Parts: sequence; C-alpha cells; structure tokens
Amino acid sequence: MAAAADELVLEMRGIRKEFPGIVANDDVDLDIRRGEVHALLGENGAGKSTLMNILYGLYRRDAGEILLHGKPVDFGSARDSIESGIGMVHQHFMLIPVMTVAENIVLGNEPRDGILLDERGAEKRVRELSEQFGLLVDPTALVSDITVGQEQRVEILKALYRGADILILDEPTAVLTPQEAGELFGIIRSLKADGKSIIFITHKLNEVLEIADRITVLRRGRVIETVPREGATEESLARAMVGRDVLLRVEKTPAKPGDVLLRVEDLHVSDDRGIPKVRGVSFDVHAGEIVGIAGVDGNGQTELIEAITGLRKAEAGTISVAGRELHEATAREMLDAGVGHIPEDRQRRGLVLEFTLAENIALHDYAEAPDAKWGWMFPKRLVERALRLIKEFDIRGGGALTRAGGLSGGNQQKLVVAREVARDPKVLIAAQPTRGLDVGAIEYLHRRIVTERDEGRAVLLVSLELEEILSLSDRILVIYEGEIAGEHTGEVSEQEIGLEMLGGKEKTAA
Amino acid sequence: MTEEPNVPPETPEEAALTGTLAASIALKQRAGGLIVPVLTALIAFLLGGLVVLATGHNPLLAYRDIFNGAGLNWVFHPTTNVADTAAYNLSQTLLQTTTLILCGLAVAFAFRCGMFNIGGQGQYFVGLYVANWVGVDFSGMSPLPHILLAVGAATLAGGLWAGIAGFLKATVGAHEVISTIMLNWIAIWVGEWLFGDGGPLQNSANKTVPISSDIAESAKLPVFWGEKELQGLHVGFFVAIAALVVFWAILNRTTLGYEVRAVGFNPEAAAYGGINVRKNLVRAMAISGAFAGLAGALDMTGYLYHFGQSDIPANSVGFIGIAVALLGRNTAVGTGLGALLFGALLFGTTHGLSSNVIQPELAGNLTYIIEGLVVLFVGADVLILYLWNTRRRLRPRGPKAAEAAA
Repeated sequence: MAAAADELVLEMRGIRKEFPGIVANDDVDLDIRRGEVHALLGENGAGKSTLMNILYGLYRRDAGEILLHGKPVDFGSARDSIESGIGMVHQHFMLIPVMTVAENIVLGNEPRDGILLDERGAEKRVRELSEQFGLLVDPTALVSDITVGQEQRVEILKALYRGADILILDEPTAVLTPQEAGELFGIIRSLKADGKSIIFITHKLNEVLEIADRITVLRRGRVIETVPREGATEESLARAMVGRDVLLRVEKTPAKPGDVLLRVEDLHVSDDRGIPKVRGVSFDVHAGEIVGIAGVDGNGQTELIEAITGLRKAEAGTISVAGRELHEATAREMLDAGVGHIPEDRQRRGLVLEFTLAENIALHDYAEAPDAKWGWMFPKRLVERALRLIKEFDIRGGGALTRAGGLSGGNQQKLVVAREVARDPKVLIAAQPTRGLDVGAIEYLHRRIVTERDEGRAVLLVSLELEEILSLSDRILVIYEGEIAGEHTGEVSEQEIGLEMLGGKEKTAA
Repeated sequence: MTEEPNVPPETPEEAALTGTLAASIALKQRAGGLIVPVLTALIAFLLGGLVVLATGHNPLLAYRDIFNGAGLNWVFHPTTNVADTAAYNLSQTLLQTTTLILCGLAVAFAFRCGMFNIGGQGQYFVGLYVANWVGVDFSGMSPLPHILLAVGAATLAGGLWAGIAGFLKATVGAHEVISTIMLNWIAIWVGEWLFGDGGPLQNSANKTVPISSDIAESAKLPVFWGEKELQGLHVGFFVAIAALVVFWAILNRTTLGYEVRAVGFNPEAAAYGGINVRKNLVRAMAISGAFAGLAGALDMTGYLYHFGQSDIPANSVGFIGIAVALLGRNTAVGTGLGALLFGALLFGTTHGLSSNVIQPELAGNLTYIIEGLVVLFVGADVLILYLWNTRRRLRPRGPKAAEAAA
C-alpha cells in the first residue's frame, strides 16, 4: 500500500499560459500521487484557477505537457478530461434547481429504461455512491430545496458518478459554514481512503494544514515550493504565498472604552417573509471598543445589521447613535447619524461594480458639497478625492476611473473600507470584512479595524469566522436564533463559544 | 507592504469563464462597445438583403436606392435648396430622425435605471393628443407662449403617463413591461374616442370624418428647411439634438443621473448608499415618458398639425424607438446615430423606389424587418460577442502551441 501511495497519477510539466499582458502560468510543474490530498495554495490571481482550467480542458496551454498515468494527454474540452477520470467542482455550482438530486447527478449520462430515464436505477446508483463515501443526501429531493453544503455534495457525487479518480475542488469551503466544512473534510478523507486523488484549491492556511498531504504554493504564476504538510506552518506557507513575512496574529493594545456610541435595546426584526429573526437583542458598543458578534450563519446577524443601518425596518425596539435615539430611520438618516457600514457582500451591496472607483467612493456623499451643488456634480472633485484615498488606503489594480469590478477582491474591500472610514463615522459596522480575501488583504484589514478602534470609533464586528472574532474583539456576543446567547470579555475558549453558537447553553440548562 | 507587486487583474477570458453576470456585462461593455452594434446592424442588413434577394432583386441596388431615397447622397453635393431632390429627401429623413431621437431616449433613459419602457408609443400618443388639444382650443394666444404651452403640456402628459407605470412598479411591484404595454392600449383607445364620432377632439367642420382640427397657426413651429405646406424640417430638430445633450448631461453630470445609474446597475448597492430606489423608479420612468411626450408634441406642432383615427394604427415610431435605443446601447451618441439610421430607412423605403429594384410590397416593410432583427440581435449580443471571441481564441498561437497540441 505504501508503494501504491507514491504512484504518480498525474504530472504537469512546464505549463505556460499567457493572457494578453499577463503570464498566468509560467513553467509550472505539478505532480499528484494516488490517494493524496494535494493543496494548491496561492493568493487571488496567483494562477491556481488557470492551471486547473488547463488540466480540466477549459483552457489550452501555450507550452508544457500533461501526463496522466504516465501517458501524455491533450484535453480539448471538459468532456475529454471527464472521460479520462478528472472531475472538477467549481466554486459556483452548476445544478438545475427544478430537477432532483439524482436527475442532476446522472444528467448527460443517464441510465435508460427503453427510451425513458430509469429513475429508480438512477436513484439506486446515487444512493450506493453516497453511502460508499459518506456523502449523505436524499436522491429524490429537489435541488432547489437542499442547502448549499448539500449542493456541493451533489456536485462531488456527480464527478464520482462519471468515474472521477482525480477530483479538483475549487475553494470548496468558501460557501460553507464551519460545521459543513468539517463534514466536507470527513468526506475528503473517505475519498482519499478509497484511492482517489484530490486537488484542493484554497487560500486558507488552516484548512491546508488540516487536510492536505502535500502543498504546492503558487505566486504570480510560478511554483514557489511543493512541501509535505509535516514541517509546514501557517507562517512558512504565508511567507511563500505572499513573498514576505505576514503577521497572522492581530497585534493590539487593551481597549480603552469611552462613551456609549451605539445602543441597541430590545430590538426585534423580521426577514422578508415576516419570520422573526432578531428577537429582543440589547447591547452597547463603546467608543474605542470592538464588539464581535459570533454565530452560525442565519441566526439573525444579517437582519440585525440591516436594522442598525436603516436598510430594514425593525418591528420593535430602539437604536441610539451617540445618545440620540433614531426612530424608523432610513439608510440616509443612519449614514448622517454617523454609522459606517462595511457590508457582508461587497459585490452585491458594497459596490456598484460598473461604477468607477471615484463614483463608488462618492456613493454616500454624491449629492453633498464638494461633490455636488444644486444637483450638479463635479466629476473632477470626485476624482481628486478618489486619488487621495487610493493612495492612503493603498488600493491597487486600477485608477480613479477604473471600474470597481476590475479590482481584485481584496482591493474592492479596501475601496469599501476607504469610503466608510473617510466619512469619519462614529460607529463602524464590519460584516464579514475579510470573507474570500487572501492573507495579505486580511492582515491589512485586521490592522485597519484595530486602527479605527484606536481612533475612538465604536466597532461592531460580525463574522462567521470564529478565529476572526476571537482575535479582533474586545468583547464577544454570541447570537443564536436571534437572541444573545452569551457575552464574554477576556480569555474564552473556542469550544465554549462554539457550544453557545449551537444553542448548547439552552440545552444544558434544560 | 510596499514591495508587494500588483496582483494581476483577471483577464477578460478568465472573467467570461469564471465571472459573475456583472463581470460578463463589464466585459461586454469593454470588448463590445463598438463592435457589437456595428455587427448587429450589418447582420440585420445582410438578412434583410437576403429577403430582397429571395424576391428576385439585387439587394445592393435596393440598398443603394434606399440610401439615395433617404437623401443620404446629399453629402456628395450638399445644398440647402430643397428643390434639389437629395436635399428634400434629407430634410424628410431628418424629420423622422427628430421623432426617433426622442422616442429612442424614452427607452434609453428608463434602461439606464434598469427598466424596459415598452410604452414609448403610448406616451408619444398622449403627447400628440395634448399638443393637438392645446394647439386647437387655445387659439388666440401669441405664438411663443402658445407653442411653449402646447409643447410643455404634452411633455408633462407623456411624463405622467409613463409615471403611472413607474408608480405601479415602485408601490406594488407591477412589472413595467406589462404595465407600459397596457398603457399603450389605453392610449390607443383613448385616441379612437377623442377623434371619433362626437369625440372631444374631433373637428367641427365635418362630423363624418374621425379626424381632429388643425392646430392654430400660432401653435405651429417655425420651419427652417423647406416649406410649412410641404412638410419642411421644423426647429424641433434642434430640440431633439439638444435633448441628446440634456440626456447625456443628466446622466453624467447630475446627482439625479448618478442615482439613476446606481439604481440601474445595482439597486441594492444604491439603497445601501442612501439612495431612495422607489423614488428613482418613478422619476426615471416619468423622465422617459417626457421624452416620448415631447416627440409627440414636436410632431404635432412641427408638421402633422392634425391627427385622426386612421393615423393611430399606422404609427409605430414608439416601437422603432426601442430598436434605436438598443442599437445605440442607450447612450446619447448611439441613440442619435441609431435614429438617423432608422429615420433614413423609414423615409428611404416609402417613396421613389422603382419596382425593378425592389418589390413594392416589400419596400415599406423592410424597415420593420430590419427593426425586428436589430431587437432580436441586441437581445443576443452576448452570443454575437461570444462568437467573436471564439474566433479569436481558435486562432493558432504560434509554433509552441502547435507542438504542444501535436
């Protein structure tokens, strides 16, 4: 078995791919062993996706060769690579919501009963596969009814159904809750035990150290190193990824809380369907303090933030900013009261991607002097301000007149932060500020949030990443089913908060 | 932090494969800014030519005669003398262009706010009716105030008419495509009643004819090229050109335009920015309708002077405005050029074409065939761009690539 584990199933040699103006892959070597989990680590734009798209037959390489089980191959399309036993699960799932799980999985290669789809046969086959690898999902359920985590399992099953021996997972945990991610790792281990090889694309260091056997780090299109997990540390990997030492721990002095700048009292908020999501939440955030709200996704965090920022009407309760109570305030009134907001989805809410950087920076103040007077705008002033902030916040990849959609995720987030902070808000709400960002950008944002705290702002941090909450917050609130399930200052263990996030306290009390 | 080099942005190809809808639109705008509308028009003309060919005529000759018939050959020997055929033809083409610019803007403005205004036709009719009413019933006023009142009231009426659709969308979420189509029908049947037997706008001289009176002389726009009696080109042409500038300035230089574009691109981000999305839906729709109402006003005071039941089904400028805006990609310059193209087609296909060159039944309908094709293709311009990019991608990449492929 030990000898078999070292057997190479795939070799990529000297792969090169150019796009106009950029070398996306430059002389890249990668080899994959049978039954290994091989992490492909790199920042956004390092060339991970390009390399995998070449392997999967979506791009044509400019140079280099690919050997599959020692034989040279040349995939002209994804169909070729699928037939050769390569499966890929993309970040964005490609399932048909109105069809059942089983129908989605067999699509394109259906078991037939005469001319009809053999529905029973399909379900049976899917059930067998899902039991074999511990990928639990109901084959008869409609895809529109299942969770995101289950959708991902369907995608994996689909690849296995087509006979994949090598499975490419592109940032698989990006859409998962911590619990779902844990389950996914279990699935990966059982696939590995069965002799499947897994290429795991990611930029999250802790995941790599948890699941990978070997790690290849890419930076700017080149392979920096391929190392076994043993001996690798988060620091060493981050250095290889970014090209310099990265501070993974947040350095901050103890908080010096001042006056209460945000006060929420007995707040009740419902979602679009009228289901109560926030049920009687009260808390204060002081000047110069970071309050972190921990919780599993969907426990009312989104509605809570939307109510505080005026984007959603509260059913009951009061919100006060700097001692002033705001009643049924609109988003505009909350902005004017001094609430800054880094939204959880920068592409859907935080930015107008088609707008230029200058226009995005003006998103709150476009109608006020000096941007505008009597409804007439002065684009030059927008650009001047943008240039200043681009420099101050080190936003890269575009100028004042570049469309925001053309920036990398990290720079888009810096753009949002620049705009919110430049307004000098009293209260800064940061919702999932580092979601989908790479280590360099995370380091920057964490430092920035601490800086803003030290400037005397009241910071409310909402994150699904418990590690982020623990390392940044001066005080932690745990939200569970719309209620505050716990409050902690000082040292607290991940386990304790994890338990509260799942409503554990209630159970032990009962 | 400082020595860290820029992360290279995603290439267009990458964005197309992996990106979101927004990314693909951004790509479209960068790569397809000029290519797509030109390709769209060329393919539409090509297919229109095939229809001409199918009837046994030479499409090149047909297009040449339409070009000349529209007076576009005027540029080869420019003159202002309308006794010259080319000059007269051009003045008539520009008369159509005037209307189509404004009808195109009516569609384009709503588009920039993320709405599809199919109701330009109805808003245009409402403008016509009101201009006729003011022009006829308020006789005795001095010319300038009379014209301003007629045009102003008609523009306002067009805006209110479209504002209904905007209001319904903002309050109860009624889709503007449905409500503007319904408002078109209401406008059409209101017209049938207004001009019909005993209707309030029917002429008083001959009660058997379902047609309005002529507007008073004081309400007629000055003609600067040609004769009033011979349907010369009126000063409304300059109003339409000015409207293009106003359209551009509103969108790109005012806070109103900033809000419109923000809502059009991303309503959720607009709301987050503090913009009142509902207000903008109503307002953008009303401004759209005002452009169409203005078109009706200028047609009435510029050269039609009266309108009747039988004119209603024969008129489709509001719908051609959709093709104009789509071909012009909802920009000021594009809409101007698109209006000129369709204005030339409208006039060039309706007169002076020899049956040796094109089948007479086909001539007038060729405009509508091309209009339909344009709308179809603009809807499919993602496809056109895709084909365009595929062609580029399939091009060989030099010896290295060939080696690797071998």
